[in-house]
Amino acid sequence: MSTYYAGLFADVGILLLGALSVYVILATGQLSLGNAGFMGIGAYLASYLTVTLQWPLTAALVAAALACGAIGIIVGFPALRLRGIYLAMATLGFGEMVRSFFLNFEPMGGSGGFHGMTHVSLGTIWLWAGGVLLAVLVLERSRLWLELRAVHDDETAAGLVGLDTTLTKVGAFGFGAAIAAIAGGLFAHHHVYIEPANFGFERSIEFVLAVILGGSTVGPGALVGAMLIVMLPEWLRVVADWRLAAFGAFLILVLLTRRQGILDRPLLARLAFRRSAA
Amino acid sequence: MRAIAPQPLLDLANVSKMFGGVSALSDVSIRIPEGRIVGVIGPNGAGKTTLFNVVTGAFRASSGAVTFADEPITHWPSYRIARAGIARTFQNIRLFASMTVFEHLLVAQPHQGAGIRRFLPARRADPEAWRRAEEALAFFGLAAYRDRIAASLPYGIQRKVEMARALTARPRLLLLDEPVAGMNHDEAAELRTLLRQLQDRGLTILSIEHDMAFVMTLCEMLYVLDFGVLIAEGSPAEIRSNPVVIDAYLGSEA
Repeated sequence: MSTYYAGLFADVGILLLGALSVYVILATGQLSLGNAGFMGIGAYLASYLTVTLQWPLTAALVAAALACGAIGIIVGFPALRLRGIYLAMATLGFGEMVRSFFLNFEPMGGSGGFHGMTHVSLGTIWLWAGGVLLAVLVLERSRLWLELRAVHDDETAAGLVGLDTTLTKVGAFGFGAAIAAIAGGLFAHHHVYIEPANFGFERSIEFVLAVILGGSTVGPGALVGAMLIVMLPEWLRVVADWRLAAFGAFLILVLLTRRQGILDRPLLARLAFRRSAA
Repeated sequence: MRAIAPQPLLDLANVSKMFGGVSALSDVSIRIPEGRIVGVIGPNGAGKTTLFNVVTGAFRASSGAVTFADEPITHWPSYRIARAGIARTFQNIRLFASMTVFEHLLVAQPHQGAGIRRFLPARRADPEAWRRAEEALAFFGLAAYRDRIAASLPYGIQRKVEMARALTARPRLLLLDEPVAGMNHDEAAELRTLLRQLQDRGLTILSIEHDMAFVMTLCEMLYVLDFGVLIAEGSPAEIRSNPVVIDAYLGSEA
């Protein structure tokens, strides 16, 4: 594989993790536009652990995920009081807060950024991305996921059939933040240099876009979305300067024809049926 | 010293609910004895649904106390009240948009204990809940719709799904919010039979209803609300002949 494609596939893997981090939070009906903030914390924390404290990468990623999970839970509590667009704005604010924190945090380089990380292989990135995707797919078949869907569909009714909606929503925030932290840690060790601008709100938007494009009601949607967002602009190079416009048009087309995104449960069921029939 | 009369299953003592300066319920006291079918009637805006929301924990009472099976549930969150044994249906059916009929019956049986088992597929996580969901499916005649998205089914079937969801968790008290709204005469009669069957099995029922004929034949006891105030209580016969009630409600609508 050429270095060019290796770089693209690394981007897909990292974006897949970012998209999954949005997906599990969205599964409880909460839209987070601040996941780049969790990603940034994960990136800086994991880099600090491997560079300054000489930790192995795996341990650093696990520690970053746990720490970010805890921060996600803390952020999840005030988020309970907000709905829809207000929650989106508040999480966006959180992301920008994290970015400006690192901009002014001199011990980690401030606006100059932080470097010294050892480059991580494409295989390692995909081991994590694939592992987390698999974990989400297993979770989707669980009793717990049924409860998440109930909270997503009708929070009031979910509470009235005995589901602890607070625990469900806050837990999803924590889990999503942990996944974003892993994305951040891998991003830092793939690019071996990070700066606060890497974790701006455009990246949060990109995560959400991948989920909405690929299919926001099924886990594999995040994979499809991440692939398309990274690869499509490359494949569209034939239209040169117009490639981003063409990409935008494609996005609008998909959302006009399939509001739920490219993949959804009926489509997955049909694909599975065809496979077993063949 | 306690009175000799047994404690009612549900006891509202001087419950008030204010929204801003507006009082939706003022000083309402209601006692529902175990095993009875009790009705709450009153004109639109009388506070009937607010009453349900206070009992189920969707709203918190501004003052007063709610006791259920000797537990003070006034400040409990909804899910805890539901697990203690209170289930409800809604005036406008509220189903989970993405779920099949069977999934509704499964999800409505939350695990009492915490548990790592919730990470397992629903069937393995709780085989007992699975079995009860299958049973409820048969009991309510919903087997043919098992794997259909509930919200896409006809209105009458959706009502059954909602009722089944409320009952699968085996509540001790069922709150019904206008259960016969939109039903024809035969459907209402069928529902009445079902509710009597459930009563025989020990279920206590509290129903809000607009349909006077239905209330009068179903309930053994009625409470009448008007502008958030309890204006009368008694047997259907007593309520029918109560001048205050006739003036406030029955006279204008029935």
